[in-house]
Amino acid sequence: MILAGDEMATVKEPNPAFAESIIKAGGKTLNLCYQCGTCTASCPSGRQTAFRTRKLIRKAQLGLKEDILPSDDLWMCTTCYTCVERCPRQVDITDIIMILRNFAVKEGYMAETHKKTASSMMNTGHTIPLTNDYKEMRKRLGLSEQPPTVLGDPKALEDWKKIMQITGFDKLIGGK
Amino acid sequence: MTERYALFLGCIAPLRYPGIEKATREVFKALDVELVDLEGAGCCPAPGVIRSFDQTTWLALAARNLALAEKKGLDIITICNGCFGSLFDAAHLLHEDKQKVKEVNKILKEVGLEYVGDKIKVRHFADVLHKDIGIERIKSKVVNPLNFKAAVHYGCHFAKPSKIKQLDDPERPSILDELVEAVGPKSINYRDKMMCCGAGGGLRTRANEIAMKMTEEKLANVKKAGGQFIVDVCPFCHLQYDRTQKDVPGYNIPVIHLSQLYGLAFGLPRENMGFESHHVPVNL
Ligand code: SF4
Ligand code: SF4
Repeated sequence: MILAGDEMATVKEPNPAFAESIIKAGGKTLNLCYQCGTCTASCPSGRQTAFRTRKLIRKAQLGLKEDILPSDDLWMCTTCYTCVERCPRQVDITDIIMILRNFAVKEGYMAETHKKTASSMMNTGHTIPLTNDYKEMRKRLGLSEQPPTVLGDPKALEDWKKIMQITGFDKLIGGK
Repeated sequence: MTERYALFLGCIAPLRYPGIEKATREVFKALDVELVDLEGAGCCPAPGVIRSFDQTTWLALAARNLALAEKKGLDIITICNGCFGSLFDAAHLLHEDKQKVKEVNKILKEVGLEYVGDKIKVRHFADVLHKDIGIERIKSKVVNPLNFKAAVHYGCHFAKPSKIKQLDDPERPSILDELVEAVGPKSINYRDKMMCCGAGGGLRTRANEIAMKMTEEKLANVKKAGGQFIVDVCPFCHLQYDRTQKDVPGYNIPVIHLSQLYGLAFGLPRENMGFESHHVPVNL
């Protein structure tokens, strides 16, 4: 395990341009953080992992791109918003984490399991497949075998996929 | 008076716990509320994963779902905190930023849709029950009052972020406790009641062993406080609590969605609640 003290002692070059890009992408409140640590103390994930919310926000302020984007920690947040509720400076912590994740994915850092969820969402309209067991169960309950969603509606599914061709999501999740 | 809403199904309810879908349809029928199918809607899309991957795609797909409801002229009713969070946040973002509406509409035009904005609302079914229908009307439908100690799980995206949701107190809410107690059970207090179940933000998909540690923490607190059932308002929290008990020994706490609880209390056929897809047997 890396000790917090070790990292503190390392001198890292700040990258203001990267910090600026976070702010531009919606993280307007990033620089309001004064490092009180309330977020870390509130974080249910931090209880179980080495992820420290305050530290991530500090790294973001300094623009430490190479530290942030490949890290596992970035993906330990459950987006529970507890820190956002309690932050005395009203930093949009969860939104900033999601912005950083967007950047990480753009750089090709995406878990295989997440790619699977993303491609299921793209190709079927839902994050998980409809298996035969559940089709049967739906019928037994008197529901339509397929829910009245994109599933089983070819025109809707075509539109659905078209949106992701336009946004480039299909290529994005293909990975690099 | 008949209220009408567009029913947004999402993914997990229709595809893993279809009893939640069925119970919702039946319960609202019993309350004389009409739920209209939102044909062709898709994933909300999931805030923790899809929004984390690409905000532009997330917003465009959410706007498509919203535009479908606009076409019907109906407010959306969601049965999942994730869907609620996603669609509510998307509508809020588009309300705040008209430039984003333009960008989104450039995409939606390609599929023959337009998002006007501010025409329809995104509602959570528990909020609809509490505010639009009201405790008295709910009580009048109870034929089978239930008597057990319920550990209510609010989940994260019901009342948070409170700055935009403005539904209830984010740290000490009461809506769900009142809704549960309206049909009989006693809603108990337990440690870290407002804590996350662990599933969100893509954690279940990416590192379920960590997500399950959070779930176990919650289960231990529920057990210690004598909770006999967990009552939730989100199929994803529901799945996380139910399935974690498969892998983590020492727990046998049934998990029920508020719609299923209401189905039982209203005396609807038990087989319509779909408890067969639950891992922990529901003996009610
Ligand atoms: S709670 Fe807010 S101000 Fe305090 S460290 Fe966290 S982000 Fe910074
Ligand atoms: S939103 Fe993320 S960082 Fe904030 S408390 Fe929840 S899990 Fe921790």
